[in-house]
Amino acid sequence: MLSRDADSLYWLSRYVERAENTARILDVAYRMASMPISYNGVDTNEWESALITASALQGFRALYDEVTPENVIDYLAFSEANPSSIQGCFDTARQNARSVRGALTSEMWESINSAWLDLRRFKSQTLQVEDLPRFLNLVKETSLRYDGSALRTMLRNDAYWFSRLGVYIERADNTARVLDVKYHVLLPKDSEVGGGIDYYQWAAILRSVSALVSYQWVYHQNLRPWLVADLLILREEMPRSLAACYAALSRHLDDISERYGTSGNAQRMARAAHARLTNRTIEDIFQHGLHEFLEDFITENSRLGVAITNQYLG
Amino acid sequence: MADRSIFDEMNGQDGQGRAAYDVLQDWLKSAPTELLERRRAEAELLFRKVGITFAVYGNAEAEERLIPFDIIPRILSGREWSRLSQGLEQRVTALNMFLKDIYGAREILRAGIVPEELVYQNPYYRPQMNGLSLRGGVYVQVAGVDVVRVDDEDFYVLEDNLRTPSGVSYMLENREVMLRLFPDLMAMQRIRPIENYVNELLATLKSVAPEGSNRPTVVVLTPGSLNSAYYEHSFLADRMGVELVEGRDLFVRDEVVYMRTTQGPKRVDVIYSRIDDDFLDPLVFRSDSALGVPGLIAAYRAGNVTIANAPGTGVADDKAMYSYVPDIVRFYTGEEPILKNVPTWRCREPDALKYVTDNLHELVVKEVNGSGGYGMLVGPHATREARDEFRRRVLDRPDNYIAQPTLALSTSPIFTQNGLAPRHVDLRPFVLSGADRVRLVPGGLTRVALTEGSLVVNSSQGGGTKDTWVLSE
Repeated sequence: MLSRDADSLYWLSRYVERAENTARILDVAYRMASMPISYNGVDTNEWESALITASALQGFRALYDEVTPENVIDYLAFSEANPSSIQGCFDTARQNARSVRGALTSEMWESINSAWLDLRRFKSQTLQVEDLPRFLNLVKETSLRYDGSALRTMLRNDAYWFSRLGVYIERADNTARVLDVKYHVLLPKDSEVGGGIDYYQWAAILRSVSALVSYQWVYHQNLRPWLVADLLILREEMPRSLAACYAALSRHLDDISERYGTSGNAQRMARAAHARLTNRTIEDIFQHGLHEFLEDFITENSRLGVAITNQYLG
Repeated sequence: MADRSIFDEMNGQDGQGRAAYDVLQDWLKSAPTELLERRRAEAELLFRKVGITFAVYGNAEAEERLIPFDIIPRILSGREWSRLSQGLEQRVTALNMFLKDIYGAREILRAGIVPEELVYQNPYYRPQMNGLSLRGGVYVQVAGVDVVRVDDEDFYVLEDNLRTPSGVSYMLENREVMLRLFPDLMAMQRIRPIENYVNELLATLKSVAPEGSNRPTVVVLTPGSLNSAYYEHSFLADRMGVELVEGRDLFVRDEVVYMRTTQGPKRVDVIYSRIDDDFLDPLVFRSDSALGVPGLIAAYRAGNVTIANAPGTGVADDKAMYSYVPDIVRFYTGEEPILKNVPTWRCREPDALKYVTDNLHELVVKEVNGSGGYGMLVGPHATREARDEFRRRVLDRPDNYIAQPTLALSTSPIFTQNGLAPRHVDLRPFVLSGADRVRLVPGGLTRVALTEGSLVVNSSQGGGTKDTWVLSE
């Protein structure tokens, strides 16, 4: 296929995934912020961590004086100055979709196009904070619909594989950032969560990746920080974990190399990163420092993105 | 009711009703208005969802608009179509012979049928095309000929559109939407299918591939997603199952054209170009073009790639050349033209100029190279000031203008808030010319002026479209 088309597909999927992730981040901030202070703790600023998780704090500070719910929602959901705002993501996603109409199934195109039309009806100036969940739900449903139509309607060929690569690179990045922002609350080893601040912080982390219930099914016990990290980093059965993302990345890169008859740097990098995740234990990771591990992971992940671009999309 | 002097496609001249519309008329009598209203709303939703929009130049506000669609079909009998299609084939075949001649032996110029300066001074004349031998002698693989009628008898050609005619995606989508909305009505008669258009287009393009390419790679070349017809470009590429490329996806090495793919360079044999000649190759035409492919024309001249339509076809479809087409048809085919031309005053001729400037109030004046309804004056509907302004422009550059009588274009009913109402229509059938034969799908794109009394059907000027049914004989 055309390199430009593969590039558009890859980024289309990344932007849809990014919009969903930002919606999840805002959703968690909204829930945490609406808790009574006695539950939530006085010293956490959920809206600020939302900005950090979305790696948007710097851009935000350049435009606003104060971290208020309204300002954060404006910047992360609507702002034209933020190319990764939810509306910015859908603008770019739709532009990419328009340029590869032929490589998309009509179901995929319709999911993007109708979301783009619907979301434009929400305006920052008129959105009440209480309306936020409705807006965020629409974003999450769109992402589900896009993903679902890709899974159910696309031919299993390179177009499909490149679009999946975009999803998993973006998703791995997001899960790592969600963990990294909260790593300090994950530190106390083996301590059981007693309620109050920590419980909600950890529950929030899990909820932001739709894993609160899954946690119970996997571990059958109360929330423990190391297990939260274990679930989101090493457990392949957890669909948003780093290990699951890398299983998928290396599988789809292999699909491509098998079809094309040659493999390269991207395949080697993905396979190595996947192996590093399958051969680790969570104790090992904590001993070497969770924060350092996550930082390295985020860097490696974006390097893989560059390798994919150089090998196929340039 | 309709003006009695205007021919209506459904009701005829005398309001008696025409046979091709019998089934539709009966059905309409029994269909409640709410049903039509509901179907119309559904149609709009369908179009909105699939995203068939077009961009309007010079209108940033309405960046993407839906082209209005009217649910009442325009119907042609099998007999009407058979005569019309013969006329189209005759005309486009002659125009292809004409192009081959003026870029070759120039017999028609030597015979004095067409004035030399109309060719050599034409902005669309491309000396780079001289002496080339094209596959099957075909220059215009895709023509979108605009025809109108004023009575039961004759079709008149308004424009030949031999460069990059658009609209065929609307023709196909209109049919898809009608099949979804009115399956019952459509089952009541035998409507000839048009869905094979894309197969015919692909067959046409493959037939003109360079000699020796046995499984030719075809691509559609688009200026990009900001172009007003981008939707159509991607639609056609998708339906043909070929790549939609922009100039930057292609490059030329050793006079061979390649596209950049995820598996490295891949050779391209046939380019269905939807870019104006001017922008094809910055080394040969406009050097500021970022849309084109450096070296493309060299590869073309070396016979390593086919560009359809060929560069330089515009010389045969400007409005000054138009008036010579009947003579062109006679010269190359030896037959009388089946389709008529609208009588045309060429302002470059002094007598004609005088007549035109004296009678602007009853004429339509067009720029020789204009298109899309831009740069034209509809005399009877224009203000005095607009006419005076246009008169100055015509006197300033007479050779840039032609004039035609204001035709009483036929009308066809559309569905409005107040029920059915007649509106003026034209028809753009698409004529595919391959190295093997000419292909036509029955019908074409019917464009309709939605404003009462308006004669301008262009989508950029507020026109809409309808499905066009050709009945089996």
